This record gives sequence, C-alpha cells and structure tokens, in this order.
Amino acid sequence: MPAVAIQGVWKYFGDYPALRDISFDVEPGSCLALLGRNGAGKTTLLRILAGLSRSSRGQITILGQDARAEATRRAVSVLGHGIGVYDELSAFENLQLFARLYGLTDPAKVANEWLERTNLNRVRDGLVREFSRGMRQRLAVARTFLHNPSLLLLDEPFTALDDRAIKMLQDLLRAALADGRTVIMSTHQLREALQLATDVALVNRGRLAFRGKRTPEMLEDPTWLYRHYGEA
Amino acid sequence: MKFLRQAWAVAAKDLRSEIRSKESINASVAFALVILLLFSFAFDPTSDQVREIAGGLLWLVFAFAGTLILNRSFARELVNDCLDALLASPVSGAQLFLGKTIANFVILMAVETLALPVFTVFYNVHWTQSIGLVFVVMLLGTWGLTVIGTLFSAMTVNLRLRELMLPMLVYPMMIPALMGAIQLSSVLVAGEPVGAENQIWFRLLVAFDVIFSLLALALVETVLVG
Amino acid sequence: MRTKIIVLLSVLAGALLAWNLHTIFLRVPDEASQGAVFRVFYFHFPAAVTSFTLFFIAMFSGLVYLRNRDLRYDSAAAAINEVAFTFALITLITGMIWGRIIWGIWWAWDPRITSYFICLLMYFGYFMMRRAIDEPHRRARLSAVLSILASVDIVIVWKSIEWFRTQHPGPVLEIRGGGGMAPGMEAPLFWNVLVFLLLEAALVLVRMRQQLIQSEIESLRRYAHAF
Repeated sequence: MPAVAIQGVWKYFGDYPALRDISFDVEPGSCLALLGRNGAGKTTLLRILAGLSRSSRGQITILGQDARAEATRRAVSVLGHGIGVYDELSAFENLQLFARLYGLTDPAKVANEWLERTNLNRVRDGLVREFSRGMRQRLAVARTFLHNPSLLLLDEPFTALDDRAIKMLQDLLRAALADGRTVIMSTHQLREALQLATDVALVNRGRLAFRGKRTPEMLEDPTWLYRHYGEA
Repeated sequence: MKFLRQAWAVAAKDLRSEIRSKESINASVAFALVILLLFSFAFDPTSDQVREIAGGLLWLVFAFAGTLILNRSFARELVNDCLDALLASPVSGAQLFLGKTIANFVILMAVETLALPVFTVFYNVHWTQSIGLVFVVMLLGTWGLTVIGTLFSAMTVNLRLRELMLPMLVYPMMIPALMGAIQLSSVLVAGEPVGAENQIWFRLLVAFDVIFSLLALALVETVLVG
Repeated sequence: MRTKIIVLLSVLAGALLAWNLHTIFLRVPDEASQGAVFRVFYFHFPAAVTSFTLFFIAMFSGLVYLRNRDLRYDSAAAAINEVAFTFALITLITGMIWGRIIWGIWWAWDPRITSYFICLLMYFGYFMMRRAIDEPHRRARLSAVLSILASVDIVIVWKSIEWFRTQHPGPVLEIRGGGGMAPGMEAPLFWNVLVFLLLEAALVLVRMRQQLIQSEIESLRRYAHAF
C-alpha cells in the first residue's frame, strides 16, 4: 500500500485551477523531491496533503486514510514556510506543548530529548522571540520530528538554513528514511534535496510534468529536469 | 475526556502566552477605564438616574473591552504560521476553539474583575449584599460574549479589514446575552432581589450560552478548514 | 427560459398588485380607530412575513451549499438574503410611517422594531463580510455559517424581546390570536402576501443572473491575467 496515493486531484481558487488532474503515488520509505517553479502549485499540493486545505476534486489517501482523519494527523508532520512555534513560549514549553497535542506519553521527556538532539538544551528556557534565526529553525525541525511521524511533509525546508542546520536536517532525514518513514519535500535547493531523494516529481503550472526515480544524471545536473520537462 | 485535555493544553498555552506578554490584558483594562471615564462626561455621574442605567453601562464597558481581547484570539496564531501547525496536529477544530474560548473567558473575567471595583467607586454603586449574584451574572454573560467573539475571531482570521469586521459582526449577535446581563445587573445595582419576573433573564442567558456553545463547536471545523 | 419565468412572475405580480391596490384604496373602508393610514398595514405585514421567511430559506440554501459545495446554492442564498434585506427595510420604514401617524413618534424602542433593526444590522454585516472575501468557495462557506448563526440569533432575539412589554400592536389576525379583522378586510392582506412573494421570487432570479454574469466576468479576467 502506498504511503500517499493522489488520484485526479484538482484545486480551484474560484475559477482558477491551481492544480490540474494530479495523480501519483509515493511508496513507503521513499523520499520524493517535489520540484517546480514558484507558483507551480507545490505549496498548494503540500497543504492539501497536510489536511490544511481541501481539494476541489479527486481523492487523497494518506497511510490508507483521509488526510483530515485524526489518526493520519497523528502520524504526519508538516514543516511549512513559518516555523510553527510560539514566540512567547520557551523552547522547552513549545516542544512540550506539541508533544502533548500529539498524544505522546511523556511530553517533558520527549521535549528534553529533542532539545538535546538539536543542540538547544542550553537555551531550553529562553523565549523563542529572543532566539536567533538559526535557533528558531532548529526548534522548528525539533517540532517536526518529535512525534516520530511516518510521513514528513516539508515545504522548502532548506531555504534560510545555515550549513550546520542543513547538515542536521539531512542527518535526521536520512535516519528517518532508514527507519522506513516517508518524506515529501518541495524545494528550490536542488542539490541538497536531490542527494536525499529517491524519487522526483515536477509540477508545472498545476500539472504533473514528470514523475519518476531520481537518477544519477539528475544529481550531476540538477537543472536537467527543468530543461527537459519544465518551461524555458 | 481526551477532548477536554487537548482543549486545556491549548487554553494553557494561550494563558501562559498572555500572562507573559500582557498585551491584550493591559490594553483591555486601559480601554475599560477610559470608557468609564468617558461615560462620566455623558451624564452626571452623581445623580440617581445613574443607578437606573448602571447595569447597562457596566456591560457596555465589558463588551467593548472584551472585543479587544477577542479580536487577537485567532489573529495571534498567524505569527510564525502557528495556526497551520495547530490545524495539522491531531487537535480538532472544536478542541482548538474550546481551548481558546476558555482562555479568553479567563482573561476577560480578569479584566472585568479589575474594572468592577473602579466602576463601583466611580458611580457610587452599592451591591455588596448581592455580590455573589453579580458574579454569577458576570460568568454567564461573559461566557456568551466569549463564545461568540472567539467564533468570529476564527471566521475573520484571514479576512481583509479584520479589526473593522469583527465588532460589526459580533455586537448584533451578542445582543440577547447583553440584554439578559444588563437586565439582571440593573436589578442587582438597584439593590433589589431578583424576583420571579426576572428569572426569565437567567433562563435567557443560560439558553443563549448553551445554544451558541453547541452551535459554535459544530461549525468551527467548517470555518477553520472547510 | 429563465427570462420568461422572470417576466411571467413580474407580470403576474403586477396584475395582482394593480387589482389589489384597487381593492385596498377604493373598496375597503377606513378602519374604525386608525383611519386611512391603516392601509400601510397591507404592505407592512406582507413585507414583514415574507422577509422573515426568506432569511430562513436563505439559511437552508447555505446549508445545501455546505453539503454539496455547489456555488449556485451560495449564489441563491446571497440573492435571497439581499431581497429579504430590502423587504425587511420596507417593513421597518412602513412601520415607522405608521408609528409616526398613530403614535406621533418616528421610532419607539419597542420589541418588534428593535428586533428588525438588529436583524438588519446582522445581515448588513453578512454583506460586508461577503465583500471582504474574494475567493468564492471561502466566501460561500463563511456566508453559510454566518447565515446559520444569524438565523438562530434572530429567533432568540425575537423571543427574548417578546418578554419585554410591548408598545407594538398585538396580533391582529385571528390565526395569531388577535381580535381579527372585519370580513372583507382580510382578503387583500393575503393577496398582497402572494404579490410580494411573486415579486421577491422575480427579484431573486434577477439577482442570481446578475451574479452569474459577474462571476463569469471575474473568471475571464483571471484567465486573462494568469495565462
């Protein structure tokens, strides 16, 4: 059973089709790099997969169930453009809150563990509004991974990360993939994403222009896909 | 029970946030004091006539001050895209709404409890005997205001002109609750007991609270996600 | 086809209205205590009853939209609410005219006038909210929810204000427990209700057509910009 099954999905904003007849599957344990120019529909698609938005037409199955089902949301993790943590809470309080919301048995312990793993334990009681950008990003990553999601949905995760944070995220993603979890990430950072990716999909003006395995050629020449399947 | 636990996690988060920043509470208390002051210019605060309208004045102050708090309720989740993080989590729309309503209720009750003695002193009102009943009316009325206000905060969160739209939508809808609270408060301010003919206002308040709480819980998921 | 229906409804409404006006102004005698101005009631009552009903019909249309996400039901709901708003305004104004002549005041804060005023305010908010949302499905969704809240609140407002003492005349028609009107005076009232319903149906259809054209223009504009 595929981790994600997308069948005939359309999304209209009024009469404007942001997504047009998108269909593809993502197998468990794979890492899909979702490519496309700005405005192609990547974020729209990810939001629908995350259950934040409804498709106008079509079927989406996540881990065998509807995207909005509670069991699905428990097993899925979303990292969007915003960091999704509260400025007025401390790093620890933020992670504890999300651990609680995701129904983990010992929220405090999980929070502490992830503060260690993202090197934030020295600032655990500092308020997020005083954090540097790098620290905020690391906290966002901690929030994303702490409930051991089976599916990770990441919207341009490498943008605005410094090189240490990029390495940390790549390590975490590799560990998750080795553990059989599934990752879908949209990206402009072709090199970092393609290193991890097992599969590739290219979205062009709302349509699926390409869907296939990530080949060594793509890794050597990241813009190959755009030149062959994208727009000039 | 899990429903309440999740709602409480959200409420605790909102309350902790508010206690640290105090932005809503400070603005709201200041606003309440300013309105109390402005009202004193509209009529002679020492006359007996004030006794008749004191109940109404009090609840107008609470309603206006409350809108400041309610406006921010869902809007503060837009920072850092936290609303998306919450909606993507296993928390349901109804749990999220209930948590926020509880937090807003506590904050607004705090503002009202601070404003009440000031009001009592400014307008020379005596109700120490019936202070318990006054508090009950405050609880019932404030819950009604909060439920409506939090729901509309969710509805207008992504709207243009949010700050203008929220009061416009909320005030007419709150009128039954305000009416009940004002009637009861006026009776209590006059130092009279709440007789049989005024029981009806208690029933109205309770009915309003129950109906709109249920309606809001049922509709909020549609409002937030679609 | 639809144009034919609109024309038919309008002609029927117009004919009935003409005949009814003849009855109201020439046949029916002046009322015993109120005199000539009583005739305002022949317009005030139908406007009140029909507008009230239309608000609820609009709410159901919104509910159907939430069920099947077909934008035509939202279009219908908005059109019905607009017409209902207009006739609620007519109710208020005819009521005020009547009140000015009989009681000497333009406005009395009695329950029914106040309830209608609150109703107008709520739906004014409804229209303002619709204008603030561009995306049609989002607009439809939030409008439907607001319509539900407003309709429930109208009922509560109505009931709660009934508990106030009223300066508004009590129910007049026998069906509502009032003293009843003299025979021959009641018939034009119910005919006028029919006239108003026909007129309102025609107006709703006209508004819906205008909305359809408007949304087509908007989508053409979007296509032109997008590609």
